[in-house]
Amino acid sequence: MLIKTSRDISESEVTDKKLYLKRREFIKRTTALVGVPAMTGLFMSEVLAGEKLTSVKKSSFSTDEAMTPFDKISHYTNFYEFSTDKEKPAELARDFKTRPWKIAIEGEVKKPTAYDFEDFIKPHALEERIYRLRCVEAWSMVVPWVGIPLASIIKRLEPTSRAKYIQFETLYSPLQMPGQRPGFFGSGLDWPYVEGLRMDEAMHPLTLLAVGLYGEVLPNQNGAPIRLVVPWKYGFKSIKSIVKIRFLEKQPITTWSAMNPREYGFYANVNPNVDHPRWSQKQERRIGSDNWFAPKKKTLMFNGYADQVAGLYSGMDLAKFI
Amino acid sequence: MRTRWPVSTVAWIWQNLYNYAVLIAVKPPFFYMKALLFFVCVMPLFWIIWRGLQSDLGANPVETVTRYTGDWVLRFLLITLSVTPTRKIFGWNFLLRYRRMLGLFAFFYACIHFGIYVVDQYFSVETVLEDILDRPYITLGFTCFVLLIPLALTSTNDMVKRLGAKRWQKLHRLVYVIAIGGVLHYWWLVKSDIFQPLVYALLLLILLSCRLWFHQRNSLAIKTMRPG
Repeated sequence: MLIKTSRDISESEVTDKKLYLKRREFIKRTTALVGVPAMTGLFMSEVLAGEKLTSVKKSSFSTDEAMTPFDKISHYTNFYEFSTDKEKPAELARDFKTRPWKIAIEGEVKKPTAYDFEDFIKPHALEERIYRLRCVEAWSMVVPWVGIPLASIIKRLEPTSRAKYIQFETLYSPLQMPGQRPGFFGSGLDWPYVEGLRMDEAMHPLTLLAVGLYGEVLPNQNGAPIRLVVPWKYGFKSIKSIVKIRFLEKQPITTWSAMNPREYGFYANVNPNVDHPRWSQKQERRIGSDNWFAPKKKTLMFNGYADQVAGLYSGMDLAKFI
Repeated sequence: MRTRWPVSTVAWIWQNLYNYAVLIAVKPPFFYMKALLFFVCVMPLFWIIWRGLQSDLGANPVETVTRYTGDWVLRFLLITLSVTPTRKIFGWNFLLRYRRMLGLFAFFYACIHFGIYVVDQYFSVETVLEDILDRPYITLGFTCFVLLIPLALTSTNDMVKRLGAKRWQKLHRLVYVIAIGGVLHYWWLVKSDIFQPLVYALLLLILLSCRLWFHQRNSLAIKTMRPG
């Protein structure tokens, strides 16, 4: 057994304070200089929300609609693990630990493995995808995500032929996530949060695993370090802070559909023709407009991605499979 | 020179202050108290306007203001309903003189609450009607708002006289229905976080059980009063 004894640090070993304070800048510059893919360099260090992501490819899947300001995207979040209030997660997730972060791959897969976050995303190039996000609560945003197409990750993980569905799980950590604590009445959801997709939905080129927002590392309250983004489905499908991905033969039971199957289905495709008992799904409020009473937008079938995804559901009764 | 009491100006000032203090302490001047209460009751409105001017209403200001005013409707309904129990338990009969204002403020915030919703729908009768018909929580909220109107209209002394105290009281018992409906309206709106509506529900339950208790005690008293 190796026992390290403490020793005094000589003056020359102490990092200059100016340099220490500029360490992020330093990492960025050195990685650029050395020519190491900047992403690797960044994710190697203690990356925190707000860190700039570089070598991000633009994508033709992006919309050219006006983007919702960063401040609104990061201060209007449904992250019940922290709070059911939309503004509070920004504050409550400030010290949320996103490193080290493990992602366990389980189920119908060639080699079940638990990856370190860095190893999990390292082999892939980052892309910026500006997507519309439509919440079941009848509001919407335009978000410039940075991430990796889920399809390329799935291909690398090599699921078996029996894998028909994919299930995601959010971290369960009541110590860090006050919303998960068994409070007076809790928040009414079963933890951990579980979401799922059919394999063809998961393999669709629009489906993304996001690690960033506005060219920066994902703010904690937006689902850091890694979250799902499925732009043609209601926001609750896009599960945050993923720690487990499981390939399944059968359709998984997902959190909201278990809690209230009449209101939240497994598919949860954005659909203006199927009304929700609480919100009209015909229209939506675009968050971020300076005009309080800006006219609402008409909600589009599959959130405007019908051309790309309608084929996935041909022959399905979408009023039944909500 | 004539001597007078008090002997000095300072003593005179103190004497006066003392007199006013006694006046206020012993018998609160109704007018001032009412003005003060009015001021307190508009504070929530000033507060939200202030926040609006500071652009401090979050990413969804319409939702923030709607929730905020809705909260205050429920609070004022509960405060109004707590007048009778407090009065009976502590014998503070003077509270009764402030009840009308409290009730009217519940209606006032309900008007803003409903008004903002209607403006937000661009006064589209079609959208509002669809919401009222299709969404249970809006059906209920709207019903409660409509039921508040006759109560507000018949709140004047003149209307009490015209209706007769008995009938007036009967009509105004509608407030129990409205309060229960209002709390349910909130309950049906939330997705899973029932904590806040539950708090309102518990408070309301306490206030309504008080009345049931008073009622039973009264009828018991009447029974025992019967000559044997």
